[in-house]
Amino acid sequence: MPKVTIDGTSVEVPEGTSILNAAKQAGVRIPTLCHMEEVHAIGACRVCVVEVEGAKTLAASCVMPVADGMKISTHTKRVREARRTVVELLLSEHNGDCQVCDRNNDCELQALAHELDLKSIRFEGLKTAAGLDTSTPGVVRDNGKCIKCRRCVAVCGQIQSVGALFPQFRGFKTVIGPAFGADLDTVACVQCGQCAAVCPVGAITEKSHIAEVWKALDDKSKTVVVQVAPAVRASLGECFGMEPGTLVTGKMVAALRRLGFSAVFDTNFTADLTIIEEGHELLHRLTLAVKDKKPVALPQFTSCSPGWIRYMEYFYPEMLPYLSTCKSPQQMFGALAKTYWAGKVGKKAEDIVVVSVMPCHAKKSESERPEMNDSGVRDVDVALTTRELGRMIKQAGIDFNALPEEGMDSLMGASTGAADIFANSGGVMEAALRTVWEVVTGRELPFLNLHVPPLMGLSGIKQAEATITGTLPAWSFLEGVTVKVAVASSLSNAKALVDKIKAGEVSYHFVEIMTCPGGCIGGGGQPRKTTNAIRQKRINAIYREDEGKKLRKSHENPEVLKIYADFLGEPLGKVSHHLLHTKYGARQRV
Amino acid sequence: MKTEKSTCACQKDTDESTLLKRLDVVIKEYREKSGALIPVLQIAQGLFGYLPEVALKRISLGLDKSYSEVAGVVGFYSFFSTVPRGRNLVRVCLGTACYVRGGKQVLEAIKKHLGIDVGQTTPDKLFSLEVARCFGACGLAPAITVNDDVHQRVKSAKVHEIINSYRTVSRAKAARQKREKT
Repeated sequence: MPKVTIDGTSVEVPEGTSILNAAKQAGVRIPTLCHMEEVHAIGACRVCVVEVEGAKTLAASCVMPVADGMKISTHTKRVREARRTVVELLLSEHNGDCQVCDRNNDCELQALAHELDLKSIRFEGLKTAAGLDTSTPGVVRDNGKCIKCRRCVAVCGQIQSVGALFPQFRGFKTVIGPAFGADLDTVACVQCGQCAAVCPVGAITEKSHIAEVWKALDDKSKTVVVQVAPAVRASLGECFGMEPGTLVTGKMVAALRRLGFSAVFDTNFTADLTIIEEGHELLHRLTLAVKDKKPVALPQFTSCSPGWIRYMEYFYPEMLPYLSTCKSPQQMFGALAKTYWAGKVGKKAEDIVVVSVMPCHAKKSESERPEMNDSGVRDVDVALTTRELGRMIKQAGIDFNALPEEGMDSLMGASTGAADIFANSGGVMEAALRTVWEVVTGRELPFLNLHVPPLMGLSGIKQAEATITGTLPAWSFLEGVTVKVAVASSLSNAKALVDKIKAGEVSYHFVEIMTCPGGCIGGGGQPRKTTNAIRQKRINAIYREDEGKKLRKSHENPEVLKIYADFLGEPLGKVSHHLLHTKYGARQRV
Repeated sequence: MKTEKSTCACQKDTDESTLLKRLDVVIKEYREKSGALIPVLQIAQGLFGYLPEVALKRISLGLDKSYSEVAGVVGFYSFFSTVPRGRNLVRVCLGTACYVRGGKQVLEAIKKHLGIDVGQTTPDKLFSLEVARCFGACGLAPAITVNDDVHQRVKSAKVHEIINSYRTVSRAKAARQKREKT
């Protein structure tokens, strides 16, 4: 292994390690604006330059591998001056306005300028042309602020296999964006927001809907209720300086109540409901396939992740019959809040405003889908990201850290641990198995602590299988059947898995797909920045939340049982069909 | 690798659906090859005379490359054009050698003579004007090309003579025949 000296400290690192990563081992942080660990090292921003003894020019440390005996200096006069010049040049083009920028105080360029102690910018020249693109429901782009680091290009192309963003044109006129510099709605974009999650500056953000929520809360004629997705409770604390992986469920509920929502509900409630509906849908398909020997679309794909739905619609329209017809928990919640809950509290659907807090940009897009109005009006009125909720709490002057722990409101607020784990890649599958296994055998899922270890963790594609034995009489046709399941997170992994399934190389009964790497805990709307280490901490927090609950199986949720008794009747019944299930349609890719 | 046969728009006489069918054959031939995008774009430009949206979308789907990526490559190379060009394409080199030896003045003279700006086509559809960065003919600087003919050591005062020699269809045809022979 090569030995190198970095700022006087010797380290030994594996062959091929970049200077940047070797420096981390030596306890030296080299600043960068384009590097993304394990994803993207292209030396685009030039901020990471270092001096290598004997080399004529400075080296971009993110792309320069170490060589044995290298002597590297990361803050010589030459390096400091070069770095300063690079940042000044970036700022001379940067068409931003820090005070009114979405990323004020959360901007990597701003932070670096501060760190370098820049007091003025020596260079004057043209600014990058401002170009605000608000054409899509969830993502806002401003080319004027873009520093062309190409992180978004890497996540959109490599991680998500979408390729909506790519460098267009050349030289100073280069813009990072959709084909020929047009707006995002002209190309196939799934609205996952992973671009916004990695953007170092304010060039890509969520479309803010904070004003709409304040307006609804100010309107005394409206009853405003809120639902919170499972992943938010494991990340919201980061908006207030807490360690990633801090669970803030109770404080989050308290904060929402103080913001003025009439009722604080849990998307977990409809996550449990999803398991009942989607689990029975799977059993229905298995019955058709195994018992009736009829042709049926298997594997069944999960449908909770709206980026994945859009991806299917654009890239695999022929596979749409394989998707579960279940709406996502967010949309189930909206439809039920404006029918079931409205009836319970004697309100009209049009007088209720449903706000959701999601780790996601695509949920904004999903809430705007024209078919999502089965309550008679738009089912979910506003979808906020985790970051937007954090900002609202600050705007209200709430001292988040000092809040007491409070519980969700009843009727649509109870949840089991099975719902919490929807936030993690593999969680929906595990939750479904916990219920389906018990429906079929009358016994608990035979894994330690109700977990399915092969489906846990950050691997992009995971699989598991189990042979069903000891079935209840009604399900005897499943006796001895080996149930095969697979889980993929990130759309490039989803694509790889779907291609294998299409080619007949693998076969499964049930497949869970999450758009974002690691699942919703790594969603585009989560606090920045999300790294694999932070993903893992949030995943662990979610499993802790699950394990800390008395009820950990969706079919045990008392409020879910109540809604079937009072309102829905039975899973896959007439009311469910109307309110909880939907259809999808092909979209033109180009 | 096939190279662009012609940049003129005279082949536009062939209707679009025929050209798209030919493009499909090309895409099929290249789809499994790595680095297929640029050669396919070159051939497509040869077929259509430029790169119409319908062809680019066909290429995007056929090669399984996102439309933004295809557009990014088209927009990066000045060689590619997304607007129809005139019968003759004039390219002025503004690479370093040509630039210092008067390429800029040559460009200005051509602009003035044709009455169009870079990227435009004359109203009679006879000439389109573009700039390029280095033809690899630095020893002949300043250089321009008209269609596939390279003109060396061009003087601003004489550009009208070069341009006018392409005003008749026969000259363009002759030039093409000469090219095809070689």
